[in-house]
Amino acid sequence: MAKPVDNRAWFLVLPVVALVAFSALIPVMTVVNYSVQDSFGNNEFFWNGTGWFKELLDPSTDLGGRFLDALWRTLLFSGLCLLIEVPLGIGVALTLPRRGWGVAASLVLLALPLLIPWNVVGTIWQVFARRDIGLLGAAVNGLGIEYNYAQSPLAAWVTVVAMDVWHWTSLVVLLCYAGLRAIPDAYYQAAKVDGASSWAVFRAIQLPKMQRVLTIAILLRFMDSFMIYTEPFVVTGGGPGNATTFLSIDLVKIALGQFDLGKAAAMSIVYNLIVLTVCWIFFATTTRSQSEAVQ
Amino acid sequence: MSGVSLAPAAMAKPRAAARSGAVRAMAPRLVLGLYILFLLVPIYWLVNMSLKTNLEINSGMTLWPQNPTLEHYRRIFTDPSWYNGYLNSLTYVALNTVISLAVALPAAYAFSRYRFLGDKHLFFWLLSNRMAPPAVFALPFFQLYSAVGLFDTPWAVALAHCLFNIPLAVWILEGFMSGVPREIDEMAAIDGWSFPAFFIRHFLPLVAGGVGVAAFFCFMFSWVELLLARTLTTVNAKPIVATMTRTVSAAGMDWGLLAAAGVLTIIPGAIVIWFVRNHIARGFALGRV
Repeated sequence: MAKPVDNRAWFLVLPVVALVAFSALIPVMTVVNYSVQDSFGNNEFFWNGTGWFKELLDPSTDLGGRFLDALWRTLLFSGLCLLIEVPLGIGVALTLPRRGWGVAASLVLLALPLLIPWNVVGTIWQVFARRDIGLLGAAVNGLGIEYNYAQSPLAAWVTVVAMDVWHWTSLVVLLCYAGLRAIPDAYYQAAKVDGASSWAVFRAIQLPKMQRVLTIAILLRFMDSFMIYTEPFVVTGGGPGNATTFLSIDLVKIALGQFDLGKAAAMSIVYNLIVLTVCWIFFATTTRSQSEAVQ
Repeated sequence: MSGVSLAPAAMAKPRAAARSGAVRAMAPRLVLGLYILFLLVPIYWLVNMSLKTNLEINSGMTLWPQNPTLEHYRRIFTDPSWYNGYLNSLTYVALNTVISLAVALPAAYAFSRYRFLGDKHLFFWLLSNRMAPPAVFALPFFQLYSAVGLFDTPWAVALAHCLFNIPLAVWILEGFMSGVPREIDEMAAIDGWSFPAFFIRHFLPLVAGGVGVAAFFCFMFSWVELLLARTLTTVNAKPIVATMTRTVSAAGMDWGLLAAAGVLTIIPGAIVIWFVRNHIARGFALGRV
């Protein structure tokens, strides 16, 4: 049933547009304004044209090299998170009970990490993984494996990725579980009559039914891991060295630490454009595949 | 012939099947149990640490507190700079939830019921704000809210968090509202209900679950956010999450106090989650299952 066309609906969305525009457009204009200027403090600004952008996108300059490194680190981090969290999340969702008292209890426990403030998540892992006072750090070192996230880049990466898995896999689990619950029992009974293996049930029934929610899960996980700031900042502070300095951390360092407004603004714009492009490709492909599914 | 040769196998099969069936029934429980254990152990460690004295924390590894103490909690509840942090956080979270829902409800109705000029573009533009990195907005927000005189008030943080909470609320509510048949709107119009009366008295109760879930998500993302909340406040409206980071950077680590503050930030989330536990699965799918 097609929705009726009625442009008066604009009155209903007007408050949202006004509020979000206030929160989004004015800052974006500020950023664009700074990105084409240079400042030497004292509120004196000089026209710099596309200078910052040229510097940013040229890896041979200081700023460009720094940006490219942070970009690769962030992409690697997002990739690792997706690779671990999506299969693990699907796996755990398949083990959840379908009915009974266990459902509510499991869901509440699973959702718990999602409700913890991000810097507290960082604090939890900071104290959990420290070799002197943390259970994990002490246990790993007790096994004879050298593990110190404050000194070894590899250990820092393992800690940060493990923290993200701990923090966010539950989101994938809950989304997949929502998809699984929408499958009628009759499908499973039919599969049983046909003698289908559990792998066949997964491939033919469960995975297709989870497709929509999985799309949402992957999109949210990509976006949120790509703009991660607080958790690694608390645990490693971007170190050791620059080993875990992701884009957001670098950006805040330049903007609020060094007050390099022009550089930070140009970086913000490029960063935001990357996110928007990925988001738009995703949005366009999923809405197309959904409209094909309807036809 | 084949029936004879199959007989022993057929006899052996039920027992083996029963055993593998039992394994198969147990395996999911085991995986789920291990995963939940993985989630709870770090939280246990924080709780454990919050009940220890700093002397015990620094002097070696103990799996549970040898001399349990509530000293750290007592300090937080008696020191205004700590408990005001909680009150500030709860204030802007509540403000943000109310503002987000108030403007998102009519908008979600419009998106779920009508097509209008630029609706798809508008929807994507809204969502794109949910995807924008907060780090990009930290500096401009700081200047914007300083310029309009809202800096260091709960309003600044509440309005800043609207940037990602309003799009999310619209998205979730639109999903839930699209599940309500449009005949109900038409019947109400025929019966002579005005739109506001119909919306509040008849439509809202039908999407109450969705409103609860949207409120839950607004609460959640506003409660957990640190970067903007810290950037937009200094003294009067300083949230608990910022209080915590500033204590960390002070000379000497007060691990016990930090852990106790952390434990207290987990509690509001746990309470809220208990209330929406029956809607949570659908809510996380943003009403789209």
